[in-house]
Amino acid sequence: MTPATGSIIYLEDVTVDYDGFKALSHLNFFMDRRELRVVIGPNGAGKTTLLDVVSGRVKPESGRVIFGHNTDLLPLRENDIAQLGVGRKFQTPSVFVNLTVWDNVELSLRRASKGVLAALRRRDPGEARERIARTLETIQLAGKAGAPAGALSHGEKQWLEIGMVIAQDPELLLVDEPVAGMTDEETARTGALLEEIAADRSVLVIEHDMEFVRRLARRVTVLHQGMVLCEGPVEQVQSDPRVLEVYIGRRREGADAVR
Amino acid sequence: MPRREALAVGLAAVLLVVVLPVCNTLPAGSPLALSNFTLNLFGKFLTYAILALGLDLLWGYAGVLSLGHGVFFGLGAYAMGMHLMLEIGAKSVYQSSLPDFMVWNQVTALPLFWKPFQSSAFTLAAVVLVPALFGLAFGYLAFRSRIRGVYFSIITQALALSAWLVFNRNEMNLGGTNGLADFKTIFGFPLNRPGTQRALYVVTALALVAAYLVCRWITLTRAGKVLVAIRDSETRVLFSGYSPAAYKLFVFVVSAVLAGVAGALYAPQVGIITPAKIGVLPSIEMVVWVAAGGRGTLYGAIVGAFGVNWIQSWLTTSYPDLWLLFLGGLFMGAVLFFPDGIVGALGRLAARARRLVGQPTAEPKQGTAIDHCAPMNSK
Amino acid sequence: MVAWLAAGAAGHAALPPASPEIAGALTDLTGEDADKREAAVTVLGKTRDPRWLQFLHALREGSVYARTRAGKTEVVVGGAKATRGDQDVIDIASAYDRGPLGTVPLAELKEVPADRRLRLVIKPYLDADETRTQLADPDPAVRRGAAVKLGNQAEAGAAPVVEAALEREADRWVRHALREALALIRLANGNPAQRADAARTLGELHSESARPALERLVADTGASPAAREAAGQAIRRIDRWGLLTRTVETLFQGASLASILLLMALGLAVVFGLMGVINMAHGELMALGAYATFVVQNWFRAAWPERVDLYFVVALPVAFLVAAAVGLVLERGVIRLLYGRPLETLLLTWGASLIIQQGLRLWFGAANVDVSAPRWLSGGVPVMVGLTLPYNRVFIIGLATVSVGAMYWLLFRTSAGLRIRAVTQNRAMSSCLGVRAGLVDATTFAFGAGLAGLAGCALTQIGNVGPSLGQNYIVDSFMVVVTGGVGKLAGTILAAAGLGGLTKGIEPALGAVFGKVAILVAVILFLQRRPAGLFATRGRNAEA
Repeated sequence: MTPATGSIIYLEDVTVDYDGFKALSHLNFFMDRRELRVVIGPNGAGKTTLLDVVSGRVKPESGRVIFGHNTDLLPLRENDIAQLGVGRKFQTPSVFVNLTVWDNVELSLRRASKGVLAALRRRDPGEARERIARTLETIQLAGKAGAPAGALSHGEKQWLEIGMVIAQDPELLLVDEPVAGMTDEETARTGALLEEIAADRSVLVIEHDMEFVRRLARRVTVLHQGMVLCEGPVEQVQSDPRVLEVYIGRRREGADAVR
Repeated sequence: MPRREALAVGLAAVLLVVVLPVCNTLPAGSPLALSNFTLNLFGKFLTYAILALGLDLLWGYAGVLSLGHGVFFGLGAYAMGMHLMLEIGAKSVYQSSLPDFMVWNQVTALPLFWKPFQSSAFTLAAVVLVPALFGLAFGYLAFRSRIRGVYFSIITQALALSAWLVFNRNEMNLGGTNGLADFKTIFGFPLNRPGTQRALYVVTALALVAAYLVCRWITLTRAGKVLVAIRDSETRVLFSGYSPAAYKLFVFVVSAVLAGVAGALYAPQVGIITPAKIGVLPSIEMVVWVAAGGRGTLYGAIVGAFGVNWIQSWLTTSYPDLWLLFLGGLFMGAVLFFPDGIVGALGRLAARARRLVGQPTAEPKQGTAIDHCAPMNSK
Repeated sequence: MVAWLAAGAAGHAALPPASPEIAGALTDLTGEDADKREAAVTVLGKTRDPRWLQFLHALREGSVYARTRAGKTEVVVGGAKATRGDQDVIDIASAYDRGPLGTVPLAELKEVPADRRLRLVIKPYLDADETRTQLADPDPAVRRGAAVKLGNQAEAGAAPVVEAALEREADRWVRHALREALALIRLANGNPAQRADAARTLGELHSESARPALERLVADTGASPAAREAAGQAIRRIDRWGLLTRTVETLFQGASLASILLLMALGLAVVFGLMGVINMAHGELMALGAYATFVVQNWFRAAWPERVDLYFVVALPVAFLVAAAVGLVLERGVIRLLYGRPLETLLLTWGASLIIQQGLRLWFGAANVDVSAPRWLSGGVPVMVGLTLPYNRVFIIGLATVSVGAMYWLLFRTSAGLRIRAVTQNRAMSSCLGVRAGLVDATTFAFGAGLAGLAGCALTQIGNVGPSLGQNYIVDSFMVVVTGGVGKLAGTILAAAGLGGLTKGIEPALGAVFGKVAILVAVILFLQRRPAGLFATRGRNAEA
């Protein structure tokens, strides 16, 4: 089967087995270009594993993972996949605490080669510096460009990491629970930022916060036990009996157990 | 490079390369005279400093702790030593063209791998290339499969042990436990003449200055920032599109070459190289030079190599029993109380003094010594 | 028993002590002609008379003298020397029955020298005599040794002695050795039918030591075809058996090395799993355990010499406690300050190791100290022909097994173990749930250190005890931990077994040094496939 034109990422029959626990089980999943997709699901549904497979961190036991038109991601390493245009934002902020905010973004900047020899060559041209400055504006950290990233607050680190991923200029952006631990105001800003980013690239968001999911709207995929349970617009998914079963049925089981 | 550092480097370079050798030529009675012995001792310390620079680049910047750099030091030293052995020719005790230990071991013909070392050009190339290629092979296997942290350190320690065992074997034809010694000349110049030793010292000092400049240049480029980034979060580096393995391998090879060059300069100045310089203890001692001097600063490594070895040469002659206790205490103290080493502690002390005097100054940031040398690009 | 032996010996003593041959031999002995002197010793030795053998013994020791009395040379045996006035005097006795002949000035005697050549001639006669005495020793191991010796000498004259011993012998292994000796003697000296028979017997007995004699027989064209045929078959049989014993022996040595590695690595691994800390001072904690054993042994020697063999039983817990106490001090004192910085901890513990090592050197001296094996650990248990397993190795395998069992029990059957496992898996969460991670760290570290002490105590039985004892083994046990991976005991056990077996498997081919190098290469290649060891955790808890 050839992937549908316009798909940015395409997973077919992907299985990931952690010592007998199937984190993903014959998963089929695909996303269009310029789509903002939210993936939800109960704990252990395989959401983060899905991101791990796409970004190359976990190699599945079986299945295919195709990026863009026909790039097979399975044989590639994480950094190659990143260079192809897949950016990833982790759940807990992951920045370079001993480098300045500016350097953090500078290192992430998209460039033709990220090899050692290229990195030994002289300074970036003015245009690159411009892009770094612009990114810092976007994430509202321009004022702290010279500060070490280790001195930033939790929320600022989250934003810096988003900024770093933006600077990578990825075609597909993977975001793992971006608003966990954020204040309401920060959540709102993050939502707006994600929509802005999604204007000219594809974004795959994993989120628990249903409020936030509703705000991002668009299509939602529900994962359950390593498989896609259902997929569709957020209202439809919310009223799907299977989803209710997964989310609420559990509660009923719990209640049974109590009784 | 910040102007203050450039100035300091320039002054230090003049002191090491010009002033000390000139002092050495002064007649013994004059107040500034420097004995041949002392200059030779400094020359040895300078070779250690070259090695320490590479180790600092590897550990202080990229966070990769190698406990096996004695091996690379040994490779360079043995490469040079083999050439020096062959230069002795028939002037040896047994008056054979073969090195004495081979006559002793009843080896009748020069082993094949010794033959190229008759050429000085080949030897000079080997001093760089042998450690580089060995480092490349070992580092490739280690970093490609993402052996890191403690695992990497343990593996390099096993490497040091293995190399030590192998170099001790007589059938390796490398002199066994006694190593290579009794060198007479280097490239035709008699080693026992003060002039030759002085020249060797100057070459070592120049090599140190060059090594410092190369290492500093690396840390100032984006590659240097990637190294620090690897120490902070290897995962983030990976997902930013860089291959941490490639950068680590690069810096590992650079440090291996520096260690090899250091070894090659060590052999003719000290006059002997034995497996005892390769093993587990000497390899980890090298780490303590960097730790004591101050990680992630480069100049800290030089200060540490000088300081620790100075104390060692004093203690081992005056109180030999105390040396290992002191070394052990230095390990513990360096990680517990001076995480940024001597230079970090001095920097903090200086800042406090300035504050007491009332001069407004920025307190150097504690914890990571790397902060002061990472250039700030922001405007 | 002694009477029987004497009777047996007397049976061969064809010459009465006063015979002319003997008298001639004694005279020759005092002469200068080396060949004649040699012949004289042979004459005396061949009597197999215990008294003449004692005389030869005295000759070898240099206490035989000649004196001239009334124109005749008399040979006497010297005894205690003394100084009387300005004269050295000596007690002398007659050569054969040692009747006292009074005390005479040393100057009146001429020493009958026993040069190297003469001593070499004397030796076999004395040895043979000694062997006969040993055949009646109460210790089966001594009897067995004597039987083996007789078999190797294969003197026709020894056959009746061996037969007599065989009749009385009850111990299975000594009987085996005696039968082997008898067959060897027959093989060397018997008639063709006896030789063929002996060859068959030796084949049945899987006698490795008979191989050279059998090979000679096969090559001997003068021997009977039946005997040569039988010898050939026996060799094939012995070879098959040899292959079997060598295999079993290699397996046993592998198991023994694996047990040592496991004993050392257990403590390291549990601490590594819990705290991410490789304790570089582990080897020195082992050395502490070994020295604790040494001290306990000296206590027993001084205070309770009649029960000295019991020292080891006391030393085991003492070694554990000493090392555990030092480990506890180390953890509470310094290591806990560096939590989460594994490389710094590594250097810190290395520093501690240097201090402990040098401390031991200053306290006990740089030389190795003497720890002797208790009697119940020396010797070995013969499990099959050609293979004796030393008790000390068997003991170490047992100790390792017990330690692993205790570890499993501790980790999976006690609440302390539950807490250890909880902190190993998720430190932060465990702390939230009220587990005192600091306490768990301290007890685990002390426990790991105690295991090192135990390993050190065990090592006293198989190697030298010196200040650098730890250094000799430590890198190997690091390799075990690294190969085994974090957090799973099974990984450590498997890695120890694998590395131990591999080492013993390749050592015969590569030698110890290149074997070690090969192991390093193997481990690096192995880590290519599994960078975090055998049982690395996969999944969401995997390290970022």
